[in-house]
Amino acid sequence: MVSNIPRKESARFAGKIVLCPPAQINDRWSRRFADPLPTVASGWMQIRARARQKRAEMALIVSDHADWGDLIRTCEETEASEVWITHGRVDALEYALHQKGIKAKALNLIGMDEEVGE
Amino acid sequence: MKAFSQLLDDLYFTNSTLAKETILSHYLKTAPDPDRGWALAAIAGTLSFDLFKRNLTKTLMMERMDPFLFDLSRHYVGEMSETIALSWPQSSDAVRLNRLPDLHEVINEFQNRDKAGIRAYLILLLDNMTPAERWALLKLGTRGLRIGISARTVKRTLANMKGVDIGVIEELWHGLTPPYLDLFAWIDGRADMPDISKVLTYAPVMLAHPFDVEKDLERINPATHQAEWKWDGIRVQVAGLDGDAKIFSRTGDDISQSFPDLVEAINFNAVLDGELLVRPNEKIGSFNDLQQRLGRKKPSKKLMTEYPAHLIAYDILSREGDNLRTLTLENRRTHLNRFIQAQDPTRFSLSKILNFQTFHDLKDLREEAAQTGGLIEGLMIKDKSSVYVAGRPKHAWYKWKRDPFLLDAVLMYAQRGTGKRSSYYSDYTFGLWGIDPKTKEEALLPIGKAYFGFTDEELKQIDKWIRSHKLARFGPVQEVTKELVFEVAFDSAQESKRHKSGYALRFPRIHRIRWDKPAHEADKIEALARLVGQ
Repeated sequence: MVSNIPRKESARFAGKIVLCPPAQINDRWSRRFADPLPTVASGWMQIRARARQKRAEMALIVSDHADWGDLIRTCEETEASEVWITHGRVDALEYALHQKGIKAKALNLIGMDEEVGE
Repeated sequence: MKAFSQLLDDLYFTNSTLAKETILSHYLKTAPDPDRGWALAAIAGTLSFDLFKRNLTKTLMMERMDPFLFDLSRHYVGEMSETIALSWPQSSDAVRLNRLPDLHEVINEFQNRDKAGIRAYLILLLDNMTPAERWALLKLGTRGLRIGISARTVKRTLANMKGVDIGVIEELWHGLTPPYLDLFAWIDGRADMPDISKVLTYAPVMLAHPFDVEKDLERINPATHQAEWKWDGIRVQVAGLDGDAKIFSRTGDDISQSFPDLVEAINFNAVLDGELLVRPNEKIGSFNDLQQRLGRKKPSKKLMTEYPAHLIAYDILSREGDNLRTLTLENRRTHLNRFIQAQDPTRFSLSKILNFQTFHDLKDLREEAAQTGGLIEGLMIKDKSSVYVAGRPKHAWYKWKRDPFLLDAVLMYAQRGTGKRSSYYSDYTFGLWGIDPKTKEEALLPIGKAYFGFTDEELKQIDKWIRSHKLARFGPVQEVTKELVFEVAFDSAQESKRHKSGYALRFPRIHRIRWDKPAHEADKIEALARLVGQ
């Protein structure tokens, strides 16, 4: 545990990458590093204000979600007659698919609400 | 343009002020003229023109993207420029540029083109840019740059580059214009310091130390010191030169636009130091009255008749080109008396010198100030032999404010701070007991927010307390159980429709943490109303 490491050993992590969940990046435990470069990896990091909110000094734009363009293209390529949308920006995708003439419907699954922020 | 965009990115994604300074200074040392001057202007907010209208950027986007999806995106991203920067679709007939033009080329092009030309040039640039570059261009072009670097930091950076005191830059700053060729020639050592004696400009003001009764009392004596009221207006420098006239705030911002009625009365060659107030019904008004006029770019005739601007002058810094700063206060005062007598008394008056013989007299005067309902904040006590210098010299001027108002309020919400405090809950919203206007039931009504007044040790204790008393969370705002009482100090309060409690506090700070006091014994809204005499 990081919290078990004595404070005077703050230099022990110099040059190292320390991974943590996004919500923890500016929490108490991170105070023990001498000169950290807070870095956040997320698709959200494209948006400056989001990166600032997380106080990221390096914003790594990495995501395991599909890009908008690819998502639309995939829907077209499957030639599905109807697309059901489980989660994400449901309203946007539903609208965009309708514009393409593809039937689309939001399922509004419980527990799959749009997650604002992450 | 590439280097400028990179600079903005570097500054934007750096949290420490010191690191920002290093980045800015490196850019200003290495970038060529006039690019660096334009970049400096963009960052310091001194550009005086838009390159293109905000509406044009929106129109272009609407021609290129489904308005419904654009709107959704804008809500997602939070603001328009960045939404456009991220989602700008390449034009189908895009013209490829071999290289992006330099910053000054961009500025020149936009300035020299007509409406259709501006439109075409903007499209050309956006087509050839990365999202970060587009963002830089859109922010530059509409003067909406906010990258968390203060004017003070910019000036300090310049001062350190030249190895001079920041005061030197402060004195020059308002006499210079973008792209600051003369400034950089001087910093580089290729030219003398720019001469701004013929420019109507702001010079940093002299400030007072808080009066410490125990330490400073023995220095005060009616033979050597004078006392004046400390009015609750805003400190201004009023300058007139050859028919030109300006009013500067304490931070050097030109606020002449907001006070054309006072500007009109400046038909002299002199620089005055004083307190700007308004005079509704021919009596000096409160700070609340003054607020009607603050920040108004174009005050209406009606507003100016109801709340005419007025200067209570307490010092004169120059007259007919003569620098009076090196005279003693006593001598300057003689000049000031004569000068003000020749002015329109509805616009200019003298700050009265108050009689005192003993410390008790001073105490009585201070008490008298406390009874003015906030109109007078306290006393100024000035050494009559003091010369006028920028900054806060020791033992020259004192301010002795009346005691602040105190109330016991309950902590309701907490928010994390910024910078060094970003891992602590250091912004506190607190409330008093009152009747909720909606539910008609007794509840805590928020009256203000404070983020200072406590020691680092106390901050840690409060932070710890908050972490173990969390309730709901609203974005960055953490609600806590309503148990912790703060003794809150504030200078005055005003009625406010925006706040549920009906009041807003001025300069609220945490005076004491009342770990011992149960929340239900905290003060009620009525106590606040009584304190501020309403």
